[in-house]
Amino acid sequence: MTSLLNIFWLGIKEIRSLLSDWVMVLFVAYAFTLAIYVQATGTSSEVNNASIAFVDEDGSALSKELTNAFYPPRFQTPRTIAAGEVDDAMDQGRFMFVVVIPPLLEKDLRAGRQPDIQVNIDATAMQQAGIGANYIKNIINDRISSILSRTDTPATGPINLVIRKMFNPNGISSWFISVVAIINQITLLTVVLCGAAVIREREHGTLEHLLVMPLTPFEIALAKVWANSVVILLATGVSLLLIVHMALKVLFAGSVSLWFFGVVLYLFFATALGIFLGTISRSMAQFALLIILVILSLMLLSGGNTPVESQPEWLQYITFFLPSRHFVSFSQVIIYRGGGIEAVWPQFLMVSAIGLGFFAYSLAIFRKSIAATK
Amino acid sequence: MTSSGPRDSSSAATDRPVVSIGKVTHRYGRTVALDGISLDIPRGLMVGIIGPDGVGKSTLMALVAGSKKLQQGRMTVLDGDIADLQHRRRVCPQIAYMPQGLGKNLYLELSVRDNVDFMARLFGLPSAERSTRVRELLEATGLGPFPDRPAGKLSGGMKQKVGLCGALVHEPDLLVLDEPTTGVDPLSRRQFWTLIDDIRAGRPGMSVVISTSYMDEAQRWDWIVAMDAGRVLATGTPAELMKKTGTSDLEQCFIALLPEEKRRGHKALTIPPRASGQTEIAIDAKGLTRRFGNFTAVDHVTLSIERGEIFGFLGSNGCGKSTTMKMLTGLLPPTEGSATLFGQSVEAGSLEVRKNLGYMTQAFSLYGELTVRQNLVLDARLYHIPPEKAKRRIEELIEKFGLGPHLDSLAEELPMGLRQRLSLAVAVLHEPEMLILDEPTSGVDPVARDSFWELLIDLSRRQGVTIFVTTHFMNEGMRCDRISLMNAGKVLACDAPRALIETRGAANLEEAFIGCMEDAIAEENSGRESEAKGATNATAGVAATAPPAPSRPAGFRLRLGRLLAYSNNETMQILRDPVRLAFAFLGSALLMLVFGFGITTDIQNIRFASLDLDRSPASRAYIEQFAGSTPYFISGPPLGSSEEAMGKLQSDEISLVIEIPPDFGRNLRRGSRPEVMAQVDGAMTFRGETVAQYVQGVHNTLLQDPANGLQTGARKYRANFQERFMYNPTFESVYSMVPSVPALLLVLIPAILMTVSIVREKELGSIINFYVTPTGRLEYLLGKQLPYIVIGMLNFFILVVISLVVFGVPIKGSFLMLTLCTLLYVTATTGIGMVTSTFTSSQVAAVFVTAIVTIIPTIQFSGLLQPVSTLEGNARLVGLIWPTTYYMHSSVGAYTKGIGAALMIQDLVFLVCCIPVLWAVSLIGLRKQEK
Repeated sequence: MTSLLNIFWLGIKEIRSLLSDWVMVLFVAYAFTLAIYVQATGTSSEVNNASIAFVDEDGSALSKELTNAFYPPRFQTPRTIAAGEVDDAMDQGRFMFVVVIPPLLEKDLRAGRQPDIQVNIDATAMQQAGIGANYIKNIINDRISSILSRTDTPATGPINLVIRKMFNPNGISSWFISVVAIINQITLLTVVLCGAAVIREREHGTLEHLLVMPLTPFEIALAKVWANSVVILLATGVSLLLIVHMALKVLFAGSVSLWFFGVVLYLFFATALGIFLGTISRSMAQFALLIILVILSLMLLSGGNTPVESQPEWLQYITFFLPSRHFVSFSQVIIYRGGGIEAVWPQFLMVSAIGLGFFAYSLAIFRKSIAATK
Repeated sequence: MTSSGPRDSSSAATDRPVVSIGKVTHRYGRTVALDGISLDIPRGLMVGIIGPDGVGKSTLMALVAGSKKLQQGRMTVLDGDIADLQHRRRVCPQIAYMPQGLGKNLYLELSVRDNVDFMARLFGLPSAERSTRVRELLEATGLGPFPDRPAGKLSGGMKQKVGLCGALVHEPDLLVLDEPTTGVDPLSRRQFWTLIDDIRAGRPGMSVVISTSYMDEAQRWDWIVAMDAGRVLATGTPAELMKKTGTSDLEQCFIALLPEEKRRGHKALTIPPRASGQTEIAIDAKGLTRRFGNFTAVDHVTLSIERGEIFGFLGSNGCGKSTTMKMLTGLLPPTEGSATLFGQSVEAGSLEVRKNLGYMTQAFSLYGELTVRQNLVLDARLYHIPPEKAKRRIEELIEKFGLGPHLDSLAEELPMGLRQRLSLAVAVLHEPEMLILDEPTSGVDPVARDSFWELLIDLSRRQGVTIFVTTHFMNEGMRCDRISLMNAGKVLACDAPRALIETRGAANLEEAFIGCMEDAIAEENSGRESEAKGATNATAGVAATAPPAPSRPAGFRLRLGRLLAYSNNETMQILRDPVRLAFAFLGSALLMLVFGFGITTDIQNIRFASLDLDRSPASRAYIEQFAGSTPYFISGPPLGSSEEAMGKLQSDEISLVIEIPPDFGRNLRRGSRPEVMAQVDGAMTFRGETVAQYVQGVHNTLLQDPANGLQTGARKYRANFQERFMYNPTFESVYSMVPSVPALLLVLIPAILMTVSIVREKELGSIINFYVTPTGRLEYLLGKQLPYIVIGMLNFFILVVISLVVFGVPIKGSFLMLTLCTLLYVTATTGIGMVTSTFTSSQVAAVFVTAIVTIIPTIQFSGLLQPVSTLEGNARLVGLIWPTTYYMHSSVGAYTKGIGAALMIQDLVFLVCCIPVLWAVSLIGLRKQEK
């Protein structure tokens, strides 16, 4: 009971300290609102404004029409270049795509032959290259068949394939990016707040002051954990409501409270990581350098940027132990797919197991470091 | 103490003052540090500036040394205006400045010799002369035996000696020492003054200006300036001042000089004797020992303190006082020995004992961001004092400690004296029987110190509280019932202060302490000559044979020498800082792996399942086509119902469901276009889009393929496509990521290291060496940049090896040309670090700002994810001026496009143009003086 009271009052102190640090408060506010909005709306994996050029060796009415089939915003207005320029133009990175229309294209097509159109793709631009090339093929084929058969209805095959994109029917990338952005901010800010709280208290000598009082390291650490968790949860809630729900209009398919329960589990890990890094670094500067390495690894390997199954198999075994990976995974299940507890319990279990294990370890390190303070 | 005595005024070079100050005012924000000071400091004397902390002494010293920028007023130093850059350049080799703080301008990772040698290089001493000069100085100051010890591992006194060596290496005419002996043990202090006296004997024209808060030290100097609250109270020889105020020592004299309202309520402190007959033992320590590694911080300390006693613990910084206290409070478990408080053992973790204990740490250890009341209430709660009682107790303390008017101010905004009272109030809030106070009065003015002691005496005599207090003020030691003298982890003597002085037959406590220390050293080094004695003798020798003004190299060579001195210094520092070194080399390797594997756009191994409601040969053939499309699709067990399909999609077990309706085969044969539904998991948009494209692709192939029996003839009017995936024929993302990641890492890591190296100097104070030496701004910047360019290049080679060995991506184009581009690129990126260092003042801010400034444009606008040719508006503009864009082009070009040198020329040209721009911006942003 007295222990709970201690944890409560220390936590209140922690929140007061945080609120008086207006730079940090502004940073948290920015990170959970504007930063997420900008990230979600600014970057896009969709093909947009792609640079394209044509080499027209046919010079027919059809080939002119094909050139006109590409227009903004998806493509830039196509340029026409000479056949000899292709390699140089691609080398300089002036165009992502160069389409080479062969001589006698129209004639061959009308004769029922299937002439070859060459599409040169700058494959170093991975995200846009594959999808863009497919767009180009579809646009050209649709245009050819509609012009030559003088009809506007697209050609049909014997089987009608209907592709339905589940959970995000229009493929709006901000839906996905906004949630990944929140996840990344939760990881970053929890670690920064918790670690900075430990270091600040040590640098200012207030940690010693607490330790001569009838308090245990466990109480001191737990107070930091709950206080910072509450701040992060609050910020997450606000961000979810204002940015994700109201500004970006993402549909939240599953249960919000279930997701928050998952976030709470993840916060055990994130706060523990903050305490761990705050304990092992000797100064704020070292802490900042360590954060960059650790956070970038946690974010990029979590599956939020690129799917986990694209990692090499041996790496997947390692990233299985990253709670951020399971966090991203259950967030997707709950938020987009509307999955319930029966769909996410394995991830919840994994996050809590790793989180609590690491928490216990950080606490032990924290105690030991206190014993060794000079 | 050896006193040089006031000098004959005819020995001073001229009658003109060495420093002449007219109406100088200096502000930090709204705080006024110096308030319209006018003062003439006479030449050739030993001048003391006395006053407690925070009265503007340090500001005045820094202004005199030219390290701080003059804000308002006029100041002439060595016959010229110190605000004038030309004059400063000319005289700075004649001024030596040692800032406040033990070893503040030293590089703690560097050895003693390297530190002094570095200063000698900055002043342009030729190398032959340098090594003898450095050796002489080290011998003279008694540092001769440990030239290779890192400065960070020296005791406070030794650090100050290293600082002094650095200051004296160029034989100055004006020596400015800011609190050189604060926190230094009495023996080292005495050695330090002896050293200064000897140097003055060798260079009679030299003026020395020293600030101190130990009033007793200043008693023997030639001329005194007493300061308070940014103003000069009085000037004159110590004798004059004491005569004027009718006092017998400088501390009393200083109090008498204070304005009336500050002195109000101050009376000479009287200590009533302790009531005899109390014999209960409060603290009992037996053989307490603490070792850190092979360093013994506390060596068999045995103490026994009675209830109600005021027990003083005297010693210098780092002598083991604080460690002993931590063992007594249970903060630190002893390696050997035991301690009991009121008969109970203090093991770490014993909560009962701690309830009886009040503790005040060396630094102000309350929460500065909370108000006075909040601090008190927090502690009441943590000690579980019932709310009613807590309220009464807090009111009582506020009344008694005079905190009433400040209840709602933030603790960090209180003046030093009040803070200490608040700390004490918090420490006694729960009415402990024992108080442990670690240097409670350092930095507090004499009046506040006396009123603090009144409170302590009241606690001890009226409430029977046992007080254990450490201090390095000798006059405070005299107020204790008993004191123990500590040095190098050992208690040298322990008795009532008067008894100690008598047994040693010394004049005062300080002499008694020095005597004890000399005995201890003699005992330890019996056989070896005493360090102190050796030092004094050698100094005399050096002073007598002081070499004539050395001939110094001029112009370009001098500048180059200073530049290389900084490079050399920086290299040694980073080699000795494990965290930065690891960040520099392991960091880039780790991030290369993380980025290379973590950012991939290859979508493969898509788990799919079929929901076949037809079960005809045709439907099986259709599904078979997907199952056969390895490595894109991996088939899972067939599904029974659409609910099951939905469930598996929801839990992310599968990402694609192919649903074939009933009568698919029959409808197909009848040509009535049956519908096949593909449900794609679109939660992750890029992946969903790609999977949809694959499905369409498989479907199209299937229709064209005559072998499966599904086709109904080739379609009319279709062109075939030949896709040429240039530069990356297999279309795997490693070939695009691996060449791009170095472009990102070679901006991130060199820029952060560069900015930290400069901001770190600002934060730790060693940048003062740049302010007060003739080092030019360009020399400083280039000198610091050079090692990081080398680190950047080494990183580049590491990354080339990783991409070849781990990712199997070789360089196809011109390696030589890429190396040249890299050299220019890391010069530019370290330049970006220089620019960010000009507007950040803490290392943390520098790291984060630089990370954000470099990562965002690099990822968004330089073609890492999106080709620059597809950017629009401002994004394109940023992309066009950001150096990474050009390096990315040449790196990707050299790796995958195999383009030759000719196509990289334009990148090269742009990078070359970037560098002088970045230098220019940094030069403008870097200040040669502190604000």
